Amino acid sequence: MKVSIFSTCLVDLMTPKVGIAMVEVLERLGCEIDYPASQVCCGQPTYNSGYLEDSKLAMKNMILAFERSDYVVAPSGSCIAMFHEYPKIFKGDPDWELKAITLKEKSYEFTQFIVKVLGITDVGASLEGNATYHRSCHMTRLLGEKETPFQLLEHVKGLHMEPLKNSDNCCGFGGTFSVKMPDISEQMVDEKSSCIIDTGADILISADMGCLLNIGGRLSRKGESVKIMHIAEVLNHQNPVITKGGSQS
Amino acid sequence: MSLQTDKRDFSERTTDGLGDSFMRNAVGSAQDSLKTRRLSAATALGDWEQWRTAGQQIRQHTLQNLDYYLEQLAGNIEKKGGHIYFAATKEEASSYIRDVIVQKQAKKIVKSKSMVTEEIELNHVLIEAGCELIETDLGEYILQMDDWDPPSHIVAPALHKDRRQIQRVFTEKLDYTDDESPEKLARFARKVLRQKFLEAEVGITGCNFAVANLGAINLVTNEGNGDLTAAIPKTHIAVMGMERIVPTLAEMEVLDNLLCRSAVGQKLTSYITVMGPSAAGDTDGPEEFHLVVVDNGRSDILGSEFNEALQCIRCGACLNVCPVYRHIGGHAYGSIYPGPIGAVITPLLGGYDDYKELPFASSLCAACTDVCPVRIPLHEQLILHRQNIVKENRTGSMERFQMKAAGRLLSSPALFGKTLRFAHPASRLMSRHGRIVRGPELIHGWIGARDLSQPVKQQDSFRAWLDKRKGESGQ
Ligand code: SF4
Repeated sequence: MKVSIFSTCLVDLMTPKVGIAMVEVLERLGCEIDYPASQVCCGQPTYNSGYLEDSKLAMKNMILAFERSDYVVAPSGSCIAMFHEYPKIFKGDPDWELKAITLKEKSYEFTQFIVKVLGITDVGASLEGNATYHRSCHMTRLLGEKETPFQLLEHVKGLHMEPLKNSDNCCGFGGTFSVKMPDISEQMVDEKSSCIIDTGADILISADMGCLLNIGGRLSRKGESVKIMHIAEVLNHQNPVITKGGSQS
Repeated sequence: MSLQTDKRDFSERTTDGLGDSFMRNAVGSAQDSLKTRRLSAATALGDWEQWRTAGQQIRQHTLQNLDYYLEQLAGNIEKKGGHIYFAATKEEASSYIRDVIVQKQAKKIVKSKSMVTEEIELNHVLIEAGCELIETDLGEYILQMDDWDPPSHIVAPALHKDRRQIQRVFTEKLDYTDDESPEKLARFARKVLRQKFLEAEVGITGCNFAVANLGAINLVTNEGNGDLTAAIPKTHIAVMGMERIVPTLAEMEVLDNLLCRSAVGQKLTSYITVMGPSAAGDTDGPEEFHLVVVDNGRSDILGSEFNEALQCIRCGACLNVCPVYRHIGGHAYGSIYPGPIGAVITPLLGGYDDYKELPFASSLCAACTDVCPVRIPLHEQLILHRQNIVKENRTGSMERFQMKAAGRLLSSPALFGKTLRFAHPASRLMSRHGRIVRGPELIHGWIGARDLSQPVKQQDSFRAWLDKRKGESGQ
């Protein structure tokens, strides 16, 4: 099965190891990897700020970049949720609406793809540790994907998951929200960090790098040693030793 | 009170909110308990998603046929000997009510909770006219006694106060001498209010839904003050937003179910009443009934891109799950309608001049959209507002420049390639030990509260890794 990777601009700029982990897992599961090089960003930063026309440029670039792909898989529920908005955004546009629908229909978040398309819940990963999971708002509410990360994490050998209090509350990232309204965002991420610390977990896992950079950055500023891992890294993990004291990202 | 509760800048209001630890504790714990209660009341109903769809369809159908139902309502109210008045503006609405009261030479007015009477500045108008007006909803009464402190929630107006603060208000203003136990405080207020009900000449209530085919109004309350306000005084004036109407009792039942469960996590509230003009031979109830239907900007929203906002049944659930409301509290919105629905309708009713920040005060987490019992896509409506505000050039020139640049960068593989190449070296000047410590103003807020690592070196990037692999495998 040929899978086109949409690495997302955050992974490109900040955390290549997440992209690498995703490729390694997918290849282990028998996928053939393709990387359309003209991809950039889903357009969410400008779209959510109200700059519709400017974001359409980014969106069109993505539609074209993945035009020949069978499946598009990204390590981000948020960016895929943005792809899923494209048909609404291009509604009534004779040149782009159909293409937007096609892209939506073949796009999956990483864990969603493994569980729902490949039909796999045990990827053979092992990671010794106590972890908690942050649900990203866009993945759970906009993409509507609540279960697949947990289905996969359940089969990671050695991993114990701690429930997170108020897990439905946003971490305060919200893309440009965190720079436009930093005072409010800070209080949100601070409360989220406290809930994470209260679980006693050594590792924080999520399927969105935006949230992880936000929460991880706050935890690190507070001098907390909780290790941040994208779920692709967890599912790619084979060596069983992770202890408190690992550094952020 | 008018729509606007605080004329200061949004940033000043937020700073106040964020600094008010009393309020934040009160709001946080109210949210936590309301959320759990709502969830269990919703699940108890069976397929909640289907109920939401039914609620959405009822609201959309009614809005699509609003003139028909309003006409039917008016006909039925008049047939029963009641009066109905359509007010185009808030001034028309409050003057009509004042005139009715002045004509009767009435002085003593009791009121039950109603957000739309806040919107039309009714209290102010009636007090100017020399009336003694008493809010009888416990929360509203506390706020009135606290020198008209503005409401901070559309269902629980005094949500921002804890019981000690309430005790303080009662002690200072009403010579209350007991402790802060909620039972004692409520009993005390009830005693004062009972007397007011008996003396009142006119009772003013809101209206959760008007029932078109009955010519009646539906009140949903927990304290019973609404019913006393409507039933004891000789004259009952009810005030409703133009859109708050249902065709028949059958639709009312669906919406009341959604409303009670979403608002307070109850199957039904303590009092659900349907009332209107008294029929001949009724032994109780008011002698005179007026229904004031307030437009005040609503017909401009009708049929616009914000039409769905009119589906709102004012349950407050979106406030109860909003993480921004949680931290800044209701007053920071500067409007009698706070929270997500407030951020959508306040700019529509009050304009962008005063409220252009509200649509941006959201991380777009969509918790509101998810919880809304009538499926208003609240976070999408916030994005629509943002688009309008951008179109009207109301965002700063610096931001516009940055966003235009971002738009170009994020759509150009070549420019983005350059960014990947230069991001790391460029960030070196701003970094210490691999962490960004300085930077453009844009990221000051971010790095003030969080660590941020430097972007990766191009040779360590994901794309470089893919290229290298390709080279190795000889493809
Ligand atoms: S927008 Fe929806 S959730 Fe919010 S108050 Fe109105 S009906 Fe309730």
